[in-house]
Amino acid sequence: MTPLDAKRPLQLNDQGQLRHFLSLDGLPRALLTELLDTADSFLEVGARAVKKVPLLRGKTVCNVFFENSTRTRTTFELAAQRLSADVITLNVSTSSTSKGETLFDTLRNLEAMAADMFVVRHADSGAAHFIAEHVCPEVAIINGGDGRHAHPTQGMLDMLTIRRHKGGFENLSVAIVGDILHSRVARSNMIALKTLGCPDIRVVAPKTLLPVGVEQYGVKVYTDLEQGLKDVDVVIMLRLQRERMTGGLLPSEGEFYRLFGLTTARLAGARPDAIVMHPGPINRGVEIESAVADGAHSVILNQVTYGIAVRMAVLSMAMSGQTAQRQYEQENAQ
Amino acid sequence: MSLSIIGARVIDPASGLDQIIDLHVSEGKLVAMGEAPAGFVAHQTLDASGLVAAPGLVDLSVALREPGYSRKGSIASETRAAAAGGVTSLCCPPQTKPVLDTSAVTELILDRAREAGHCKVFPIGALSKGLEGEQLAELVALRDAGCVAFGNGLSSFGNNRTLCRALEYAATFDLTVIIHSQDRDLAHGGLAHEGPTASFLGLPGIPETAETVALARDLLLVEQSGVRAHFSQLTSARGVQLIEQAQARGLPVTADVALYQLILTDEALIDFSSLYHVQPPLRTRADRDALREAVKSGVVQAISSHHQPHERDAKLAPFGATEPGISSVELLLPLALTLVEDGLLDLPTLLARLGHGPATALQLNTGSLHVGAPADLVLFDLSTSTVAGEAWRSKGQNCPFLGHTLPGAVRYTLVDGHISFSA
Repeated sequence: MTPLDAKRPLQLNDQGQLRHFLSLDGLPRALLTELLDTADSFLEVGARAVKKVPLLRGKTVCNVFFENSTRTRTTFELAAQRLSADVITLNVSTSSTSKGETLFDTLRNLEAMAADMFVVRHADSGAAHFIAEHVCPEVAIINGGDGRHAHPTQGMLDMLTIRRHKGGFENLSVAIVGDILHSRVARSNMIALKTLGCPDIRVVAPKTLLPVGVEQYGVKVYTDLEQGLKDVDVVIMLRLQRERMTGGLLPSEGEFYRLFGLTTARLAGARPDAIVMHPGPINRGVEIESAVADGAHSVILNQVTYGIAVRMAVLSMAMSGQTAQRQYEQENAQ
Repeated sequence: MSLSIIGARVIDPASGLDQIIDLHVSEGKLVAMGEAPAGFVAHQTLDASGLVAAPGLVDLSVALREPGYSRKGSIASETRAAAAGGVTSLCCPPQTKPVLDTSAVTELILDRAREAGHCKVFPIGALSKGLEGEQLAELVALRDAGCVAFGNGLSSFGNNRTLCRALEYAATFDLTVIIHSQDRDLAHGGLAHEGPTASFLGLPGIPETAETVALARDLLLVEQSGVRAHFSQLTSARGVQLIEQAQARGLPVTADVALYQLILTDEALIDFSSLYHVQPPLRTRADRDALREAVKSGVVQAISSHHQPHERDAKLAPFGATEPGISSVELLLPLALTLVEDGLLDLPTLLARLGHGPATALQLNTGSLHVGAPADLVLFDLSTSTVAGEAWRSKGQNCPFLGHTLPGAVRYTLVDGHISFSA
């Protein structure tokens, strides 16, 4: 029996444009490329003396963070400001929910304040889908990270970083190293790389940190870092949370670093012009050696800069798709 | 009060009967099949030509939500929904507030069920006090109050020694235990079957071994204690295999599955729809197919709704923050008829899994049609269909089948000869 509520493109409008940005799953290659091209053009804005464009003038963007974040929240704020939007940021983890207000009520209240767009980060996988489907379908919802599921803006800023440094994806080998299991960044990166045509995507981790069935993303699994890094063009390191040591996932940070930490010596097995990426915040000496993080191969700080441009692209494209959809619906209603 | 049911195709899987024959009911019992006894005067006659008459359905797990969770359902609302699904007898699990671990709660449930009058209700008592798995509940007192079996649901025992003693104590008094095999630690924090779908969605997984590890242990403890055991809500192919092996070596264990497990798989979760959030979880297509085969072969002798009604808010949150369960007792017969429509089962076998099978698993005096048996009957029309949700009696709207057109339609449900539902 097929469910009646079978999959439909929740994040696209009737013309196939973005109206929410929830996950990279189901987005066509052309749309991802358009997003990267748009981000490229915004990078120039960031380099100007006056860093503003009027694309979102008069619009209100509401950052609603149910989970702590510095980098993502700040770059979303900057992105919205550079698009001339009014920006509100709420750290809900420290306000309403401690008073017992549900996610549903919090968002409905913000909607009543005439917000045009929500950037949401939440610890539950599927939170952004839930909001877009059941809470505020009229407001453009941008996923700023939901549980282990997706972090699509991080995924796209990683793709922009790769494209700007490597020119494209067609002949690349990319290794994603570390805690794949708990990582929404890894999931978004795997989908984006696959969609953009990267032929060799590798994940490197012990079995305890690999999701069951990770091969479904079209990746090759390595449990040995040296083999996994051999001749790769791009290394994406993931952050290892301290709490992974409890519960038997890993014996210690020391053993993890010994087996999966990215050192200068290990990086020597990659291609000479390989780039090293990390979504941050980095744990020096846990997943990455300081000399690598600060070294010539590292593009970790470029990622942060590109993050603003990618988020400007996402905000402007989703706002325009959402507005177009509402106009279309109004015209059809008349 | 006497009643004659004229012209129905009567199917009684227990005796193998399948023919058009009249049924005559007096004082709540079936007094004759075929010609009315001499001097029988029917106060009421049901023209049942074109309908199938079968033993009323026996559902081994229907959460009535009373006492304690009236926002989700009440004894009156949920037994009324059950009658509409063709159910004449149901067992209610002990997860009430307070927990069904005292005679007082048992009596309250039985009183309210009698007052409502839609179904016979057989409470399942808690095996441990408060379902906490530390101290035994007063099983004999609960039996005397009306509990027909004892279980701890998905709440594990604190340790294997206490579980073993609980089974031995129940065996002493020839009580039946209902076991939901799921290892607490392996299932810890899980929201969905551990497999590609859960991985893709970033939902923490519940591995198949959460079921099989516990099931293997439970079967060994059942064997050692000699207790009569019924295994409820199997979800996996490997789990079914373990039951089959135990039965083959002569262990008299019985088993049931949730009807929705025979229809849905974990692929339904792909849009994060909380309607498909159930515990234990929906598993793979291969698991579902093995469950279906086990129902066909009789290794699994009962199909239950595992009805869990919820208020709207319980499902209105991100997947992981929602409460598990599906409200579906109201569709039990039409939804189960899809198994006949699919060609998996013939109609008598399906009716056996919905009536005689569950009734014998818990030794309930119902589920078959013979002179002297209680007149618990369902009459249904195979020539028409049911649009799920067109009428809805359960307080819980949390049903993924709403809107579907399902085969067959329940016309009458009779409990002890009284019409408890008619359409």
